[in-house]
Amino acid sequence: MTTLDHLRNRDAVLRMSEKEAEERASVVDPDDERMIINMGPQHPSTHGVLRVTMELQGETVLRSKPVIGYLHTGMEKTAEDLTYLQGPTNVTRMDYAAPLFTELTFSLAVEALLEVEIPDRATWIRMLMCELNRMSSHLLFLATNGMDLGAVGMMIYGWREREEVLRFFEKVTGLRMNHNYIRPGGVAADLPDGWREDIQNILQVLPERLEQFDVLMTGQPIWRERTQGIGVITTEEALALGATGPILRSTGLAWDLRRAMPYLAYDQVDFDIVVGTYGDTFDRYAIRLNEIRESMRIVEQCIEMMPEGPYRTEDRKVTPPPRARIDESMEALIHHFKIFTEGFKVPPGEVYTAVESPRGELGCYLISDGGPKPQRMHIRAPSFVNLQTLPHMIHGGLLADAIAVISSIDPIMGEVDR
Amino acid sequence: MTDSSPPVDEETESDPGAIPEADVETLHGSAVTCSNDQTVLHPSKDGYHDLVEALKDDGYGVCIDLCGADYLGNETRSLPLTILPERFELVTNLLDVHDSRRIRIRVQIAEADPSVTTITDLHPGAEAMEREAQDMFGLVFEGHPDPSPILLPDDWQGHPLRKDFSMGRIPVQFKAVDGR
Repeated sequence: MTTLDHLRNRDAVLRMSEKEAEERASVVDPDDERMIINMGPQHPSTHGVLRVTMELQGETVLRSKPVIGYLHTGMEKTAEDLTYLQGPTNVTRMDYAAPLFTELTFSLAVEALLEVEIPDRATWIRMLMCELNRMSSHLLFLATNGMDLGAVGMMIYGWREREEVLRFFEKVTGLRMNHNYIRPGGVAADLPDGWREDIQNILQVLPERLEQFDVLMTGQPIWRERTQGIGVITTEEALALGATGPILRSTGLAWDLRRAMPYLAYDQVDFDIVVGTYGDTFDRYAIRLNEIRESMRIVEQCIEMMPEGPYRTEDRKVTPPPRARIDESMEALIHHFKIFTEGFKVPPGEVYTAVESPRGELGCYLISDGGPKPQRMHIRAPSFVNLQTLPHMIHGGLLADAIAVISSIDPIMGEVDR
Repeated sequence: MTDSSPPVDEETESDPGAIPEADVETLHGSAVTCSNDQTVLHPSKDGYHDLVEALKDDGYGVCIDLCGADYLGNETRSLPLTILPERFELVTNLLDVHDSRRIRIRVQIAEADPSVTTITDLHPGAEAMEREAQDMFGLVFEGHPDPSPILLPDDWQGHPLRKDFSMGRIPVQFKAVDGR
């Protein structure tokens, strides 16, 4: 039997309208003792506003369906009304746990259409910041995953470690989240004085803390009981459902865009792709924990190999003139004014760029009509697609395990609904 | 930039089914263009499903992205000569995880008949993405297992990402919950 037949025959997806689900909610069918329940959108373990409609028989989950859209704010429509320079302020609000990645994929798409080369230092700063962001995002996952499964202490520790990284982000970008730091043409500002020491401090504390997490969760029997063998998915199923990131890697396939289709300078750094074996909730947890360690390796190499030079392109079409020039040159002032009011024009065309975000393939499909604003900007959000694996993973399991599985998908609802 | 598809020539040569037409390269009978070093196919609306199926046999086993686009008022679009431009486009990005390559399919969809065959029978992962394209552009996917709105409320009128759906024109349609 092929994977497609298998997925179809399993009958894991609840094909029921929201209205019907509401009408039938919490009423037990006398014939087969089945019952529809609505979990969320205000459930604390649904990471925001995810609602899952589930068909239960006793405590066993049969069919289910993630109901989304509660956070939909039309960001792709908004993007059509913002210039390319304003674009990152919009996309950065999609995946709010890993905002730099969405800025990156958007900027790469604009640069591909502009055919602008960015300086080496900008590339390496982007890589450094993105890997730090991957660490903070995975730390957030560890915190919420621990909380969802009853390791409430973990929530405090995960947030504490993430705070160290956010403090550095605040120093570099001025903001703890939604940075608007990576922009078409480079990055918004150079790294501040003392950045090496700040990162060294983070890298010094973290390994010890990660080992504490191992004691607290990885080796703990209760934790293992709750996660091992729960929410299993195979490689073929994950690929058929379009899942990427830790979900796909947990099945044993070493698919990571940083290695498979290198962007930035990922072909110049050493790192390992962490893969799982069983495709269960524990594997997905372990992958994220160990990816923090791999990201730390990349950050260390970024510190060593960080080149000197400009942090944004010298192309005056994209980059505003330096502040000092504005004081002495009328043309520079006009130029500066034009870039920020009218924006720069991007040649007509369409392009798709993709980066490996902490949640999987984060893509940007951009269509330009030659004007200063995109004609269409589409973000391929990994959480949105990954959420489709949920009914298949929780099918036949217990309701309590469904919480563990939702948590292990690590959906960010801002990105799901956009 | 991140695309590492092989040169188009190679694929056309290795594929016996491709019939080269005058000046237009083809793959599985669909015109091939190159957009910023990325391979793009332009099938007819009727040939779309068969093309996705043929590409799946070629190794493009993952439907990584699917979205609509509205070209109303955009005169700058470049298409092969054999393709008649229409208002809407359905853009499907396929991925081959074994050879690390991508391919993109752009289907022209007329405003008068915005229906197209679903590819969820080949790629179940396209289900949510097709529902989104249906919400946003009003494209109709024939044979889709669950064509309900995904991001918009069930009673929403209109398709927000269409170019003639302007922002701020229609007041917000969210209603109060009954009986509270």
